[in-house]
Amino acid sequence: MMQVEKIRQEFPELGERVYGKPLVYLDNAATSQRPLSVIRKWTEISEKYNANLHRAVHHIADLATAEYESTRDAVRDYLNAASRDEIIFTSGATAAINLVAFSFGEAFVRAGDEILVTEAEHHSDIVPWQMLCARKDATLKVLPVDDSGHLRTDLLPGLLTPRTKILCVAHISNVLGLINPVKEIVNICHSNNCVVLVDGAQGIVHQRVDVQNLGCDFYVFSGHKVYAAPGTGVLYGRRELLEQMPPYMGGGEMIGTVRWSGTTYAPLPQKFEAGTQNIAGTPTLRPALEMASQMREGGAEAELEQVKLFILNKLQSDPRIRLYGEPADPAEKIPLFSFSVEHSHHEDLALVLDKMGVAVRSGQMCAEPLMDRFGVTGMVRMSLAPYNTQAEAEYFFESLDRAVKMLVG
Amino acid sequence: MKTLKEIQAEVIEDFSMYDEWLDKYEYLIDLGRRLEPFPEELKTEDRLIKGCQSRVWLDTVVEDGRLFFRADSDAIITKGIISLLIGVYSGRTAREIAEDDFSFVEQLGLRENLSPTRANGLASMIATIRQTAQNHC
Repeated sequence: MMQVEKIRQEFPELGERVYGKPLVYLDNAATSQRPLSVIRKWTEISEKYNANLHRAVHHIADLATAEYESTRDAVRDYLNAASRDEIIFTSGATAAINLVAFSFGEAFVRAGDEILVTEAEHHSDIVPWQMLCARKDATLKVLPVDDSGHLRTDLLPGLLTPRTKILCVAHISNVLGLINPVKEIVNICHSNNCVVLVDGAQGIVHQRVDVQNLGCDFYVFSGHKVYAAPGTGVLYGRRELLEQMPPYMGGGEMIGTVRWSGTTYAPLPQKFEAGTQNIAGTPTLRPALEMASQMREGGAEAELEQVKLFILNKLQSDPRIRLYGEPADPAEKIPLFSFSVEHSHHEDLALVLDKMGVAVRSGQMCAEPLMDRFGVTGMVRMSLAPYNTQAEAEYFFESLDRAVKMLVG
Repeated sequence: MKTLKEIQAEVIEDFSMYDEWLDKYEYLIDLGRRLEPFPEELKTEDRLIKGCQSRVWLDTVVEDGRLFFRADSDAIITKGIISLLIGVYSGRTAREIAEDDFSFVEQLGLRENLSPTRANGLASMIATIRQTAQNHC
């Protein structure tokens, strides 16, 4: 039995039918499906030890806090962070980036400073930096991509100045699916005293991430794209920086002492976790990351690799199709493919595919500047997880052919 | 001349001949293809209907109190939908359109079969046609 068949049993949503047809879910980059282990953890906490964290002495509060804090250890372990204090729980990647944009900005960014983002970022890694620049009268600069979707890292040394405070780069673009040379970028930036934030929303999904090996200063991701509950997320930050940054939000357990004369803050990581946390959601990160490991180590990711090569070949060999994010080597692309089909509008394609049971994304993918870069108003994106099968990929192409025939005639 | 309600009933009947939604899409695509060409110079910002995922342009000409619509879209299914709408309302008086309840759209089942963002687009098309009519009453 293929690993993928075993894995599929763990994801109840995959057994659903839409319009009487089996659901073919190819929108994993938007959100992944959740395995039973995650759903069970979620309900277990809600049913058995739902209590607020860190504050009460009663029994179920202890259990809930233990779940939450042991999840921090699991995430630290997964990312190979130096310390559990460097793992901050957030509501997602967007919240994590906003936290850094605010708190790092308060501590380190002055008028006339520069922030560098790449052209391949999604809005969550653009807008918070635009807001910071507006607040601090700083300048936002952009590292472009070339026609194949690769970052122009050759231009990076020329863009960095003594005033560049932080560079923000996606580990993997949610549109292009190419693994960016983060380690190389970090080295160039660090030799220019520039901090690096890596948006790992897609990067965390298909590969093991080692933040110490990458050398980045911040790494963020959302739980819901990597099988965990929605409303969960992680900010990894180097302790030295986090220590110097003021809190993002005030209230809850982020305090040391509160007096009318002034307030002191809790040590890391609580300093950045204001208000009541996602009690049942955050602990699902542990079974979710275990599932990700299991799929990698058990062979499902390797099976997906074959499906990826099949899709890449189909897309690249079809003269009607323009693929965005052309890998120099297939190994640098994850199974995430944005494309357009000549004479067919992306919205029409997605609409017709939907009626055939195929769920894909269409539109701007929260990356309008990148759409402008390629001169399109939108694209179709198919993104796979290790629970997607070769048969689904084949059905996708049959459906696409049928849709194009309908639309183009 | 047929009344607005009679025309709407015909459209509903045509549309209900197709059981499968894929066939309904084929019908809309066909409508979109047959829509008379829309002059490029009319594809201006002020003719764009706000709130649609794809771009939809609507142009209105008034003659003897009647509104004549022309439209286009870069997505063919959307073009079919706007074609269906203007096929019903073009040539009607501003008052007739302004007073219509647009309930025939509900009877087509279009809204439920479009994703929420696309249903918003449909609502925007209807709102624009209605507003245009009200402006000419």
